[in-house]
Amino acid sequence: MSSAPTADKGFNPKQVFADKLRTIAPLLTLVALVVFFSSTTTTFATMDNAVNIIRQMSITGIIAVGLTFVILTAEIDLSVAAVANAVGITVAYFTLQPDYVNIANIPLNGWIAIVLTLLSALAFGLITAFGMTKIGIPSFIMTLAIMQIANGVSALLVRGQIAYIYPDFITTLGSKTAFQIPLGVDEAGKALFIPVGWTIIVCLLFFIVGHFVLTYTRFGRYVYMVGGNREAAEFSGVNVKLIIGSVMVISALCSGIAGMLGVAYFGSAQQNQFDTYLLDAIAAVVVGGTSLFGGKGGIGNTIIGLLVLGVVNNGLDHIQMDSFQKILIRGLILLAALVINVYVEKFRERV
Amino acid sequence: MIQPLADATQDTINGEQSPLIELTDVSKSFGGVVALEHVDFSVRPGEIHGLVGENGAGKSTLMKIIAGVHASYEGEMRVEGKPVQFRSARDAIAAGIGMVHQELSVVPDLTVAENVFLGVQPVKAGGIIDWSGMKSQARGLIASLGLDLDPNTRVGSLPVGVQQLIELSRVLFSGARTIILDEPTSALSPPEVARLFVALRKLRAEGKGLIFISHFLDDVLEISDRVTVFRNSRRVATEPRASLDKDKIIGHMIGRGSAEMHMGETATLNARRDEPALLTARDIADGRSLNGVSVELKRGEITGMYGFMGSGLVEFARALFGRHGFTRGDITLEGKPAHFRSTAAARKAGLAFVPENRGMMLFRTEPVYKNVSIAMLDRIHKLLLKPQEERAVAKHHIKDLQIRPPLTDIPLGSLSGGNQQKVALAKWLTNMPKILILSEPTRGMDVGAKEDVIRIIKTLRDKGVSILVLSTEPETILTLADKIYVLKRGVVVSEMNAGTVTKSDLLAAA
Ligand SMILES: Nc1ncnc2c1ncn2[C@@H]1O[C@H](COP(=O)(O)OP(=O)(O)OP(=O)(O)O)[C@@H](O)[C@H]1O
Ligand SMILES: [Mg+2]
Repeated sequence: MSSAPTADKGFNPKQVFADKLRTIAPLLTLVALVVFFSSTTTTFATMDNAVNIIRQMSITGIIAVGLTFVILTAEIDLSVAAVANAVGITVAYFTLQPDYVNIANIPLNGWIAIVLTLLSALAFGLITAFGMTKIGIPSFIMTLAIMQIANGVSALLVRGQIAYIYPDFITTLGSKTAFQIPLGVDEAGKALFIPVGWTIIVCLLFFIVGHFVLTYTRFGRYVYMVGGNREAAEFSGVNVKLIIGSVMVISALCSGIAGMLGVAYFGSAQQNQFDTYLLDAIAAVVVGGTSLFGGKGGIGNTIIGLLVLGVVNNGLDHIQMDSFQKILIRGLILLAALVINVYVEKFRERV
Repeated sequence: MIQPLADATQDTINGEQSPLIELTDVSKSFGGVVALEHVDFSVRPGEIHGLVGENGAGKSTLMKIIAGVHASYEGEMRVEGKPVQFRSARDAIAAGIGMVHQELSVVPDLTVAENVFLGVQPVKAGGIIDWSGMKSQARGLIASLGLDLDPNTRVGSLPVGVQQLIELSRVLFSGARTIILDEPTSALSPPEVARLFVALRKLRAEGKGLIFISHFLDDVLEISDRVTVFRNSRRVATEPRASLDKDKIIGHMIGRGSAEMHMGETATLNARRDEPALLTARDIADGRSLNGVSVELKRGEITGMYGFMGSGLVEFARALFGRHGFTRGDITLEGKPAHFRSTAAARKAGLAFVPENRGMMLFRTEPVYKNVSIAMLDRIHKLLLKPQEERAVAKHHIKDLQIRPPLTDIPLGSLSGGNQQKVALAKWLTNMPKILILSEPTRGMDVGAKEDVIRIIKTLRDKGVSILVLSTEPETILTLADKIYVLKRGVVVSEMNAGTVTKSDLLAAA
């Protein structure tokens, strides 16, 4: 975190280790998983599959960036997947659908549709922020309610139907290829490429901006300090409510954008289509080592967490296994990560 | 090294009984920081052993070794004659050692009864918690410390002093044979201290061994049978109470003859009566702790507010800083209404506040420099962080306040209690606030550190800052104040502007 090696830094090896453990543990997990899948299957360790894993995680990645902010302040956002779904459906609602799609919608110019949709994501965030900071509802409950409301919005807009068409810009970002990585030629002399989709580029952009904000801006420092000791932040004259409200809005916007790209990525917009993303996003943040108690961790940790999850999800597809067992194994990995997360916290407190 | 001191006489006093705790040649360091060097220490049954020393001398560290918090150290420890090596606080508790830590550790969300019996709830047959028994017992135990409280009260809603008493009762009555009290009286009013001492003497009569750490040398001399003095990680003296006085102890603590290190017993007030008020609070009431408080703060003046625990000092300070709502009254700053809805608004308007409990003010796991810079980040840069500038600012304060160890990047939690307090003050000193509100500014500080803080506060006053000092320690108020308000049950009962005031004047007024 800190830079410049100054001579007068106090050095307590145990403490430094405890801090690093938060990042080292998930990193070792990642390495172990990669080694395991690479040695037990032939199809896992290919360039093609690597890009595949990253593509599969990129939508979750965008959601996880927002969620990292929230968890760093020791709050939680359970509405991310539902908001993504509702916002994704909203952008389709504002786009002209083919005749066979039986949805009463309001077709608009693509850019206006995008702006309106972003405003709807903003609205979700602002409502959450208002409920938490003005009324004083705990985030767990408030975002649970927003989750229901967002699901309700999704249901009302599509009424069980499926929409397929989005503004061109969204279709491009969600489903088109940005560039190709040349991979030589095959036996028949045909050139081989690995396509890299725009979703990956957008996700990387979110990582970079998120990391920058958390590490190099005053707002980012406040996020960590509010998570570290809320009362102390308040007594230091930090506007704690503003910070908490802001992270909830950031989370809703990230989810909304992920939702728009997501429907384009899936090729359809319908209800309950993001259901697995809630658990995945929370798991990514926590598995990466960001403290559930706030104040420690960051985007770097979230990236590691996403890769761990991506490798597990993808790697299990490469070994012959009952798909029901896979669900169980994912659960066990999540549990192990949580145990490590809490253990690291205790270890820190003792040294 | 240091000669074995009065220890040689102990066997004649306590006959064949072996000490409850005996440490031989104990050393401990944290990374590069040495906290203890070759320390011998013992506690006998039926003795109250006072322990004093400057901030960072190593007192808490030694106690944490005894209480099993620090498991790695050099040297040997015996408990009731048997060599031990505790791996955790649990081991120490099992061996009959109880400790009240310097940092308050009550659980704010639990009730009084639950806190008194934390971890050791009485159970009925079948392992069911005996709630009603627990409540009535808890009521009885805290009553012996003079608290008349509903055992169902949530502890977080009580004043810090009462919380401290609840924490004390948890350990005092736990059945531990050795009881360590690390600065137990810092938040207590004089009558509360007196009641605590009665309880301690009773435990001594039961043959328990007690260790009493405090910066209040008068208290230490009053209650202790023997006193050990630490300086710079070493034990420099252990002497029976009878052969000590305050000057001698201070001499041992600072390593030279005691200069005029005494805090004020009297004060000559000098209010700036013709100056216009900078901040006026009129008739502030919240329907509970505050029943109509009016004060005036002026530029370049230190206003002292004295009162016992529970007199409303804590609430009033927070009301000014936008952290405690009030239902009646108004505050004006430079003639304009100043009813702040948030601490951020108060800070913007030029107010600064250091609360009485440093846990409320500091980020333990963050480095020192981030703790110092938090209140002034917006002045360094509106948007971005400049860690090097933050470090420079921190370095300046570390030097100025003589914070030890003088490092910017170590976690705050690794500083000793008194040094943490200095960091809490440092955060407001970079950009001069208009009004600086200090709740118990010298609590938990040794004589040397107190002098530093007093010097700093007076310098700020001379630079034109208006300072409000709220304290339950008469000495602090007398040493600092140009004008004194005495608060009692949420109202100002006395205002002193001029002339000479003594400690007994204050006590009588409160
Ligand atoms: N967990 C820790 N990590 C690193 N250094 C520590 C830690 N705890 C204490 N120290 C250092 O050990 C030294 C002794 O600290 P200790 O807390 O024992 O002092 P103290 O005598 O209790 O002082 P005070 O009166 O201010 O409470 C100090 O230099 C302190 O910075
Ligand atoms: Mg201490």
